[in-house]
Formats: sequence, structure tokens, C-alpha cells
Amino acid sequence: MSDADDSSPIQEPLDLVRLSLAEQVFVKLRGDRELRGRLHAYDSHCNLVLGDVEETIYVVGDDEEDDSIKTIKKQSEMLFVRGDSVVLISPQAQS
Amino acid sequence: MLFFSFFKTLVDHEVTVELKNDLSIRGTLKSVDQFLNIKLDDIMVLEEAKYPHLAAVRNVFIRGSVVRYVHLPSGAVDTALLEDATRREASNAAAAKGR
Repeated sequence: MSDADDSSPIQEPLDLVRLSLAEQVFVKLRGDRELRGRLHAYDSHCNLVLGDVEETIYVVGDDEEDDSIKTIKKQSEMLFVRGDSVVLISPQAQS
Repeated sequence: MLFFSFFKTLVDHEVTVELKNDLSIRGTLKSVDQFLNIKLDDIMVLEEAKYPHLAAVRNVFIRGSVVRYVHLPSGAVDTALLEDATRREASNAAAAKGR
């Protein structure tokens, strides 16, 4: 296998994540959470470090009749995310 | 190994650890190991009213597997260095596989 640098083609799934380094990414997490931020680091467990992150948490209404979905937004300058919560990582063009 | 080394560079910095049970603990990072278990000193619990049982606790060991996030001081993180180290780790992993 050739050395994996920025120019090498995609050979394994994590190569897609490698090409997103220093770029804006969308991350879906367990527990109805989503993150958007700049990817600064990752490893094979999908542990991540993201910069300038916006976290969105989806919460359904608290009593039984109320099934509306609330969203909670939180900002963070620099965030480490443990890989076992990560569901998917997607490259995201600047929105 | 990348994140183990990364967290070692953050020792003695103030971090906020958010656990999978939604508890958030702010404290000084004192040590970290290969499982990303974390030791914090001088802790305070965010939303103290909701978790009064931790009010008297001054330092904690947190099992790595229960961590959801660690909020980091952005000034203590060299993002260019981190990206380079990540690329190096990725190519090492690829090389190890090809062997």
C-alpha cells in the first residue's frame, strides 16, 4: 500500500475523514446530538477534536401529549469528542 | 496514542468534562492514561443545584468510557500541530496495515 498522504486516493473509509482535516464537518452522535465544526484531529476510534463547534441537541416535549421537538444549541471553542458516541462524520461544504 | 499524547500536553489546564449522563465537571486536568481516563483537581460541578452530592468533592478520577466531551481551552491547542500529528498517525496506521 502506498503512503497515505493528502494526495492518495480513498482506500479505506477513514480516508474520507482524513480529507476533511482542517475542513468543516458534520458529526452525528448518539443521543440525538449533532455537531458542526472544523476537524482538527481524529483517530481510528473516531475520537475527534473540533474547533468552533455548534452542538444541536434534539429534545422531544417533556409530557406525554407534547410530542413537539425542541432544539438546544450550544457553542464551544474547542471540543474533544469521544469516539464511542460518534455515529457518522460527513464532510460539509461551507454553509 | 495521538489523543493520549494530546491530553498530556493539556495537563494543568482548566477543562470541562461532559459525561454521558449529562453531568459536567470543570477542573484542572492532572493526569491522563492510555484509556483516556482522566484525573481532575479542584473540581466544580456545573448545575450544582441539580447534583448537590458532589459539592464536597475536590478531585475525581473519571473512567474514560463515560466521557462524552471534553471542552478545551482553545488557546492551549495548536491546531496546525494537531492536524500534522493526525496525518502522521493516519499514514502510520495505513503503513502498518500494508505490512
